[in-house]
Amino acid sequence: MKKEKLNLSDMSKQEKKPLIHLENEDLMPLPPPLVEPGKDHNWPPLSTQVQEKYECFLDDTCAVSVPQPKSREEEEELVRKFLSGLEKLFTKENNWTFLQPLLLTMEHCAKCQTCSEACHIFEASGRNELYRPTYRSEIVRRLYFKYVKRGGLVSAWQHGDVKLNWPLVARLIELSYRCNLCRRCAQTCPIGADNGLVAHELRKLFSQEMGIAAKEIHDNGSMLQLKVGSSTGMNKEAVKDNIAFIDEDISEKTGVGVKTPWDVEGADILLIHNAGEILAWPENPGAFALVLNTAGISWTMSSELAGYDSINYGLWYDDAQFARVALKHAEAARKLKVKKIVLGECGHAHKALSVIADRILGGDLNVPRESSMTLLREIVMGGRLKLDTSRNNFPVTLHDPCNLVRLMGVVEPQREVVRKLCPQFREMEPHGVDNYCCGGGSGFAIMSGNNFPDWRFHVSGRKKLEQILNVFQGCMDPSIPKYICAPCSNCKGQFRDMLAYYDLWKRNSILYGGLVELIVNAMTDVKPGFIEWEWR
Amino acid sequence: MIMVILLYAVIYAAAPVFLIACTIRAVHYARLPIHLRWELYPVPHEEPARAKHGGSYFEATDWWEKPIPFNLVGELKSMLPEMIFQKGLWEFNRTMWFFSFPFHFGLYLLIGSTALLMASALLSLLAPQLVSGGIGLLFHYAYAVGWLAGAALTVAGALGLLIRRLTDKELRTYTVPGDIFNLLFFVVTLGCLLTGYLLQEQGAPRALALAQGVLTFDTTLRFQPLLATGLVLSALLTAYIPMTHMSHFIAKYFTYHTVRWDDRPSLKGGVLEKRVAEYLTYRPRWAAPHVGADGSRTWADIVFTNPARGGKK
Repeated sequence: MKKEKLNLSDMSKQEKKPLIHLENEDLMPLPPPLVEPGKDHNWPPLSTQVQEKYECFLDDTCAVSVPQPKSREEEEELVRKFLSGLEKLFTKENNWTFLQPLLLTMEHCAKCQTCSEACHIFEASGRNELYRPTYRSEIVRRLYFKYVKRGGLVSAWQHGDVKLNWPLVARLIELSYRCNLCRRCAQTCPIGADNGLVAHELRKLFSQEMGIAAKEIHDNGSMLQLKVGSSTGMNKEAVKDNIAFIDEDISEKTGVGVKTPWDVEGADILLIHNAGEILAWPENPGAFALVLNTAGISWTMSSELAGYDSINYGLWYDDAQFARVALKHAEAARKLKVKKIVLGECGHAHKALSVIADRILGGDLNVPRESSMTLLREIVMGGRLKLDTSRNNFPVTLHDPCNLVRLMGVVEPQREVVRKLCPQFREMEPHGVDNYCCGGGSGFAIMSGNNFPDWRFHVSGRKKLEQILNVFQGCMDPSIPKYICAPCSNCKGQFRDMLAYYDLWKRNSILYGGLVELIVNAMTDVKPGFIEWEWR
Repeated sequence: MIMVILLYAVIYAAAPVFLIACTIRAVHYARLPIHLRWELYPVPHEEPARAKHGGSYFEATDWWEKPIPFNLVGELKSMLPEMIFQKGLWEFNRTMWFFSFPFHFGLYLLIGSTALLMASALLSLLAPQLVSGGIGLLFHYAYAVGWLAGAALTVAGALGLLIRRLTDKELRTYTVPGDIFNLLFFVVTLGCLLTGYLLQEQGAPRALALAQGVLTFDTTLRFQPLLATGLVLSALLTAYIPMTHMSHFIAKYFTYHTVRWDDRPSLKGGVLEKRVAEYLTYRPRWAAPHVGADGSRTWADIVFTNPARGGKK
């Protein structure tokens, strides 16, 4: 059946029906062993209850689950709030944080569609118009010229028009969560317009004005972190207990006594992990403790509120929440009088605290921040550990977390380590600053409402999946264990779920993990086999 | 004579309108608050060894204790191919480049040739000995060839872009009447100028004389009607460009230098810290309860309160 072409005006359709529907056959083909679309998972449809209760009329899934308004008046009120938020996005009092890049993007897109070719979501969807980076931006641009600049007929003629109503706003809410904010599109824009920023600013508008955000990143994310100290729900007693357990476990497993120092005033380094590591991949913080202790580094962890969880989900949707968490991180470091903060293996935490928060951390809160990639590079390349690279003699590839690489420029340190330690290292193509997002970026990796994970694996993660399958072609036999080194918690979460979804561990022995685990696995002081070839 | 005066008036008005509108736009962007860092790598002014792979000073241990280099050569090596040859489009959207490059390069030639023509005319009035003989002839051939090549490239590029906009379904969805108008504006203007010039009667003033006439406000000159139309349209187009998204030549400075490549770290007591301290006194009015922005509290008040703990610090 020939599919109708999607137009910009379709976003305002009153009909309570999704604008598009994707079949496996529509999607970008994958290499072996996932060549046949017919054998791919079917997409479970949204339940009738969900469709009756929430605004889920964009595509096959629903990320935010906004309740349907009960009356026309309620709809009008929501549209009015949206407009009020839209205007605020373009005032310095409300949005000094991103006003300049946003205005430049609004006013100068040439609509050449160069960005579309760079977008992994657009490509993986089989070039579906809805996921074109400019589709979302063009709607916002038309609203900007019409309602913020208050353009009349001439403006409509010059910039285009769009009908503003509740269905459009409801669909925009969902559409702002169909972008990984990886900004690969912005990298290719000849003018420097940034469609990723438009999705980011839309999310801010919905959160800061309308109180609407994906619950995983707001209620169970930044709010929980500000309440108990971590989005995992761990308070300081729980995190200390868990780390003590990890220390014990790692000591037993490696034969090297490990003890994590807590709240050591005057230590050189405050190490902040993504606390998700502590629960989901305890070998990662354990390996860090082992490496830092063996290398004789003066370091500590902090039990201050949020001082032990580097996540900062505000980065993806809310400036106020972002700043609050960043300040908590800096305060923890200031209290302990450390020389620097080192961020564990978490991409968005790197960018949040090192780059985006840089200009709001003034005075003594401006504690230097550094990547664990550079610290680990220094330890490994500086000969501070005894290493046997034959222990890592299996195919390894390196995933580049967007926040760490394209958006922060930390490209080589982790590569130097992997090149030194892994005789069978191979690069994905493209890699480095031209990498593709894992598909879990901007919060997707932790968003699992409705059938959103199905969309995440079929569409947003598809390009990365293609890269992984390509890089391991020639050694896909399950007897050969393969390792995706992903120095980022969110990316690891996406790999864990996506590899499981496609059964690639059982079928092809493709495993994932961090960088520090590869280091410990190669340490001769440690019992062999630190990396356990079993699913986790 | 009135028509000639009007023609001169439009031509004379266009230049200041263009300059003023460009300045207003540039000043507007420049005076916006410094935003949070939002750079995108590769950043070409990084140290050459790092810039090669897109790395940043964050790759160095204790980077804040080391001088942060600014590699001007690297930045120029990245900027110039982009400005002159549209390197980015060549790399990422080759089909579009085949139309966009001639269009833009043609415009550069037109601007350059027109500037040379006006300079020749000015020199011939002020110091005729400087442009007499061989040099004058060289100038003549340079602006004539430059202008003709520029017009041909611009028209070909504009027509190509127009055809692509109208026939390519991926572009058509995003094409508005204004886009068609803008491209046609170039085609019609240059078409009128070229045809009008070629249709001039024998003995009619040539380019240099016309330029001298414009400079001296010579109302005795008679312009071929199509040429006069072309000149009026050129003036209108010049004044119109900075009012539209076609002023991306201004925007591009900011998108590259103050967004994409702005990796300046905030230093204790530095300019950035002072500027941001001022922004933190702004009083936002975001309505969601968790933000707590009622218009009376500053950004500084807001970010130091914890909505999950009853607004405590």
